[in-house]
Amino acid sequence: MTRTPLALAAVAALALAGGALAPPGGAPRPAPPRHDAPPSPGGNVVVALCDGETTAEIPGVREGETPTPAQARDVAARLMAAWRAEHPDVAWDDGTGRTATGDASAGRLAQAEPRTQRQRGGAAGSAGAGGLPSGEQGELQRGHTYKAFSERDEQIWKLETEKFVREGHRVFHDAKAVGGTIGVSCDMCHPDAANTHPETYPKFQVQIGRVALLRDMINWCIQNPSRGKPLPEDDPRLKAMEAYILAQRQGTPIDYGKH
Amino acid sequence: MRPKPPRSVETRHYEERDALFAGLRRMSRRSFFRLAGLSAGLAMAKGLVTPHAFQLVEVAGAQEDGTARKPFTFAYISDTHLYPRTLNDRFVRAIVKAVDDVNNLDPQPAFVLMGGDLAQLGKREELELGRDILKGVKAPVRMMVGEHDWFFDMGEHWKALFGPEQYSFDHEGVHFVTVMSVQEKDFWTARGLTPEERMQIVAGLDNGIQSRFEVGEAGREWLKNDLADVPKTTPIVVFSHSPLYRYYRPWNFWTEDADEVQAILQPFERVTVIHGHTHQLLSNRIGNIDFHGMLSTAWPWPYAPEGLPKLTIQQNRADPFSQFDGCGDGTVDVLENGLVNTLYNLWDRNPVTVRASYLASGGTRDAPPRARFPSY
Repeated sequence: MTRTPLALAAVAALALAGGALAPPGGAPRPAPPRHDAPPSPGGNVVVALCDGETTAEIPGVREGETPTPAQARDVAARLMAAWRAEHPDVAWDDGTGRTATGDASAGRLAQAEPRTQRQRGGAAGSAGAGGLPSGEQGELQRGHTYKAFSERDEQIWKLETEKFVREGHRVFHDAKAVGGTIGVSCDMCHPDAANTHPETYPKFQVQIGRVALLRDMINWCIQNPSRGKPLPEDDPRLKAMEAYILAQRQGTPIDYGKH
Repeated sequence: MRPKPPRSVETRHYEERDALFAGLRRMSRRSFFRLAGLSAGLAMAKGLVTPHAFQLVEVAGAQEDGTARKPFTFAYISDTHLYPRTLNDRFVRAIVKAVDDVNNLDPQPAFVLMGGDLAQLGKREELELGRDILKGVKAPVRMMVGEHDWFFDMGEHWKALFGPEQYSFDHEGVHFVTVMSVQEKDFWTARGLTPEERMQIVAGLDNGIQSRFEVGEAGREWLKNDLADVPKTTPIVVFSHSPLYRYYRPWNFWTEDADEVQAILQPFERVTVIHGHTHQLLSNRIGNIDFHGMLSTAWPWPYAPEGLPKLTIQQNRADPFSQFDGCGDGTVDVLENGLVNTLYNLWDRNPVTVRASYLASGGTRDAPPRARFPSY
């Protein structure tokens, strides 16, 4: 995650202002934890970092006075340096190619990839297109905004994906939601999406008379056993059901064309 | 030469018996029948069959337990899952097809078992539709309840239409007992569910909110009492909706108290369980109990990802492009020894028979034909 020193200064200024903002009048938010910065022996203003622990002084500036931009940048850099010194093993890419301690080794940052879901199956993790050279601790390419996301981002995206899959589960189990007219829902023949075998598509479906994808079969089932109207290709219900069916076959190798 | 030792009552009895059999083998057919008639007359005149004199009447149709028993056949129609006629005509056509099949059997079966899940959502309209269609069955119909019939009103309308959910009867020396094996521990009160919501949850095979099926303590007590006076040599046939063993828990292909129920049945020499709910060709044997699943008329379930009994030879995967494929009805031949051969009358395919001898031999003899397209 990249942050300009100015942004850090803004954070520091907020901390300076005393912490919690008054809620505008709606539902009260819980106050953030108090960070009681120790007073400066020289009477300087003390800037507290958002980690609740690290502090730094701005020499020559008293409480209530506004520091110059240069002074603000300087205190932000010192806070950053102090924090990095406390957490030497954290992968923190500031985009400059240099670590806070000035150590040019990229060893600590070699763990940037393994946290993601994409590691499953092994192909992405081992040496290959886009993977890290296994076992080697060479210099990493830097300054790339692609994949510049955090664990929190990944968690949000995972939740969104699961929400989509759950919506597919809902439609799969509800005859009316899928547009069926005779009370037949998909889970009647496919409990837990059993016997849907999405990994065998695309294949020539002789009964439809052409090569079919999973969504074509879903639509066929909606029309025939469920007696509804086929869903348009971009219908969110169709996509959600496809997601749900695929999610149930996590780990199954693709075997397209299998009859 | 030493004097012959005295012959005991038993020795003399067995010598008599051996002489009788030897004589039978040499006898002509006409003499046999004359002798049989004489002997029967003697027995009737005496009023009883004496235990210490070997009677021909006993020989003619004797089983191991001494009672005479004829083989017979009953048919089944199961898991029809009817919606109201105005909503779904497909399931109606399927049950009507099964009724036609059964009415066209020649000779007619002794009775027809309705294997449970007559209705889909337990509504009055659905149960009454099923009752009206089943009125067209020529042979007498024996009803069994399934979870789809029960959990809308906890069996109120079912019992009003069809009588008690547990009962027994005897036919040709075989003791039939119907158990209610789809009871569930209360999952709806704490959640404040309406009857419709409760039924909708139970109707979802993969809906994990519902409890696992069980016969329950009251049901087991009833079964114990019913079987208390039945001799251990009498063949038992149990009608149950859930399988009475543990196949696949997430889909309630499962009876939670299966061990206790099987313990009640184990002392009997020959026990067969005929069950519904699984909508597929399913066979098992545990100890001395044979298990035969019934087909559904409405739709086939896929085989579960795990837990399939070793003795089950899968039916071919269903063709989704054919409404009736994988569905059907069937007949059960009750043999002289009281065990059964089950015929699966699969629509759109050749029928498959699963024999008692196949199960008794542990799968080495009389195996039914294999599937060409088993489950994925």
